[in-house]
Amino acid sequence: MTKRRKLVKWLVVLGALHGVVACAGFLSPYDPTEQDRERPYAPPVRLHFRDTQRRFHIRPFLYPLRVREGSFAQFDEDTARVTPVRFFVDGSSYRLLGLVPCRLHLFGAFPARICLLGTDGYGRDQLSRILYGGQVSLAAGLLGAGTTLLFGLGIGTAAGYYGGWRDDVLMRLAELFMALPWLYLLLGLRAFLPLSVRPTQPFLLIVIVIGLVGWARPARLIRSVVLSFKERDFVRAARGFGASDGYILIRHILPETSSVLLTQAAILVPQYILAEMALSFLGLGVPEPLASWGNLLANLRQYSVLMSYWWMYLPAVAIVPFFIGYLGLASALQEWADPSRWA
Amino acid sequence: MGGPLQVGLGKKEHQMPNHEASSQRCWMLLSIFLALASMAPIMVAAPQWGAPKEDLLALPGEAGRPGGRLVVSLRAEPKTLNPLLATDAPSREVIAVMQADLVHINRATQLTEAALAKSVKVSSDGLRYTVTLRQGLRFSDGQPLDADDVLFTFRVYLDESVHSPQRDLLIVGGKPITVRKLDAQTLVFEFAEPYGVGDRVFDGLAILPRHLLEKPYQEGKIEQVGTLSTPVNQWAGLGPFRLKEYVPGQRLILERNPYYWKTGAEGTRLPYLNELVFLFVPSADAQVLRFQSGDTDVISGLGAENFMALSRQSKSYALADAGPGLEYNFLFFNLNDLSGKATPELERKQRWFREVRFRQAVSAAVDREAIVRLVYQGRAAELWGPVTPGNRRWVDAKVAHAPRSLDQARQLLREAGFKLTGDANGDSVLLDAEGNPVEFSILTSSSNAERTKMSTLIQDDLKQLGMRVQVVPLEFRSLIDRVMQTKEYDACVLGLVSFDADPNSDMNVWLSSGGTHVWNPSQAHPGTPWESEIDRLMQEQLAVTSYEQRKRLYDRVQEILAEFQPMIFLASPDILVAAKNTIGNFHPSVLESYALWNVEQLYLRDGAGHSGR
Repeated sequence: MTKRRKLVKWLVVLGALHGVVACAGFLSPYDPTEQDRERPYAPPVRLHFRDTQRRFHIRPFLYPLRVREGSFAQFDEDTARVTPVRFFVDGSSYRLLGLVPCRLHLFGAFPARICLLGTDGYGRDQLSRILYGGQVSLAAGLLGAGTTLLFGLGIGTAAGYYGGWRDDVLMRLAELFMALPWLYLLLGLRAFLPLSVRPTQPFLLIVIVIGLVGWARPARLIRSVVLSFKERDFVRAARGFGASDGYILIRHILPETSSVLLTQAAILVPQYILAEMALSFLGLGVPEPLASWGNLLANLRQYSVLMSYWWMYLPAVAIVPFFIGYLGLASALQEWADPSRWA
Repeated sequence: MGGPLQVGLGKKEHQMPNHEASSQRCWMLLSIFLALASMAPIMVAAPQWGAPKEDLLALPGEAGRPGGRLVVSLRAEPKTLNPLLATDAPSREVIAVMQADLVHINRATQLTEAALAKSVKVSSDGLRYTVTLRQGLRFSDGQPLDADDVLFTFRVYLDESVHSPQRDLLIVGGKPITVRKLDAQTLVFEFAEPYGVGDRVFDGLAILPRHLLEKPYQEGKIEQVGTLSTPVNQWAGLGPFRLKEYVPGQRLILERNPYYWKTGAEGTRLPYLNELVFLFVPSADAQVLRFQSGDTDVISGLGAENFMALSRQSKSYALADAGPGLEYNFLFFNLNDLSGKATPELERKQRWFREVRFRQAVSAAVDREAIVRLVYQGRAAELWGPVTPGNRRWVDAKVAHAPRSLDQARQLLREAGFKLTGDANGDSVLLDAEGNPVEFSILTSSSNAERTKMSTLIQDDLKQLGMRVQVVPLEFRSLIDRVMQTKEYDACVLGLVSFDADPNSDMNVWLSSGGTHVWNPSQAHPGTPWESEIDRLMQEQLAVTSYEQRKRLYDRVQEILAEFQPMIFLASPDILVAAKNTIGNFHPSVLESYALWNVEQLYLRDGAGHSGR
């Protein structure tokens, strides 16, 4: 039972993390593309409880930032104006979970902007961008992993169950796919897209490509599982009673692959999140002004950003809990799906 | 930078500021000596016996300390050292310190000065230039310079089979310049028509060593000389430095030319430095790192963000902001006449782009102030025309510096038949007269972070007019291919750098037949009345020799451009230079080669520098 509890624990952790990203619109104070040209590279805002007269405020407040005279991106707090943090405020419109039009935000401040994690070079709120960027990156990871497993399952099962020349062809194809230089292929594919594309097109391209890249490995794993099960007595018995291939696959063999599939999924999702980041970093991902974690980190390519604005590293920090979550889930799944059941 | 560069011409100056050390002449002695020297080259290398008085040029300025070594970072390896073949920026930068020209544009005053020429006399009709060379000058290998070298130089530049990029500059009114030798020190240059550029034409035309080049030239192998693999003793120039060693992939080491023809104010023969090293450092960020670690002493063409990062870090650097250079960045639309070859979608978009009020509206909506501040951190100038404030003599003060006005932009769009509505999400959408939403993409070079950033700002500016804009960063080559060849694009952000602070350097951009007439290049006939008006004005200024007249004509060109907005000018970045603060006479200019234009006068204050390594 502890195995199951461990599994549930990781599922809850991951569910919470994904929930945060899914509710980006509500949790982030601003639209991720909204620029504040007066405050580029503003550092994370400081929340105060005590003002300059040492008076205590129950509601946390902030001092608006203003650019230091004659400088770029050096800011002073304007201590004359106390701006309290407000909760459940109206702000930019968004669609909650992509469906419900909504204007309510968890927190905000007026008239100054509250950028808890600072701003980027256009004065866009870094927290909002990390949350919205997470939607893109996680969706790419999840959809990509889904595509991979679908292909892997189909091809692996076909190869393992039917065997013979089909097995040979499919497995050689798998080896071919493993050997292809995917990055160059992707660069080439991007060049084929028309110039003016909706932001969704490069996104879908990324998902499809990273989804297709990886099918070979899960397909081999699933093939081996299918191979070992198709010779088991209960499968032979079913066949002896005249069961069709489809019946045997669905009733007896595919259920046995579920533990492999799930473990693979838990490993593939973080891998694909990384892949999306790498591609966006190379400029092949979703275009500006949309955010994705890779896009956000691409700012760090510039030496001056790397050296001067530490809060630009935060998107990298945001990824860490997700990765811990997925890897924890993967190991919990492995324990749960006791290998001895099919070894 | 990345923009296609034009080769620059110059303009005529009647006055020749001339800093002479000595005006003593020894005509007879010199010509005898030269005659001897050409027969017996070995004797020339021998010490100073009986040498004629050299006509050295004394430069004003701080007296320096001789010695030391300066290391400069270079973005790429130069492709060649041969001025006849150099087209890339690194080659030109290196050649600039190894070669010299008859007349040189002073990078600080932007006026011409006599260089190898001691004097240039212009005939009253402006067709004939009589050039007298300085006496007793020698190439960096000790061989003397005389009129035959100059004659040979121009013959090679004008030879079509050599394909030198300078050739076009020497064709005036369809005919090549003719050069005649009067005596060993005097030459006559004749133009078929008056040439507005005047003696600026000589700037950048390096005088070549005939003794090294004549044989390969006759054998048709001139492109094989002056390459990086040329042995050190097989190459020479008249510039302050000469080749010492080339380490492929790493550095090019130049040493002091002991025969250089300039002296400091105190009479020391220049250059002060013993060695000049070009270190090849491929990326801007790597250049900063190498500079910080002390591997290099000077970086030219620093980006604003790196400049800022350096200025925050240490006080032992001399960081110079020379002011706006001659680079102008702009947005332009596809105005090519594709006559049926365009897709229906592009055809529809071109109907918007051709509408002057549409372009004016875009210009009015662009937040140039934000571009200067966010992209260049304030180290740039807002632009409303192609002539940057750095080009002091040619900028037209009458071109209005219209502040950003979204109201005016909306007004213009309404007048042109566009309608502003809202969509389901509450975002505003601009519709054209037929009810199509205004959507287009802007190409930028993916390797130029600054232009990509500008485009992202413009994207947001235009969103407020209801235009949906996508920014498409493309690799530079495919971008140029789309803009110049296939013409499959909507709009593009590019930058150009004028070679010289003279209208002629941008001839190729403004003439409708020009190859760099970006919005509609290489037209057989000007497509619009205002383009033909610009053509006429540009041709006219070429043939007029007085500055005032040329200025009036060029001002008119700038005003037409400001009115019709074929390019929406954005900003001109400052020339930013970082150097160790131990370098004396360090006065970067806004013209090429920014920090090194007065390399012969640069010196190391503490004398240490890199001399130990």
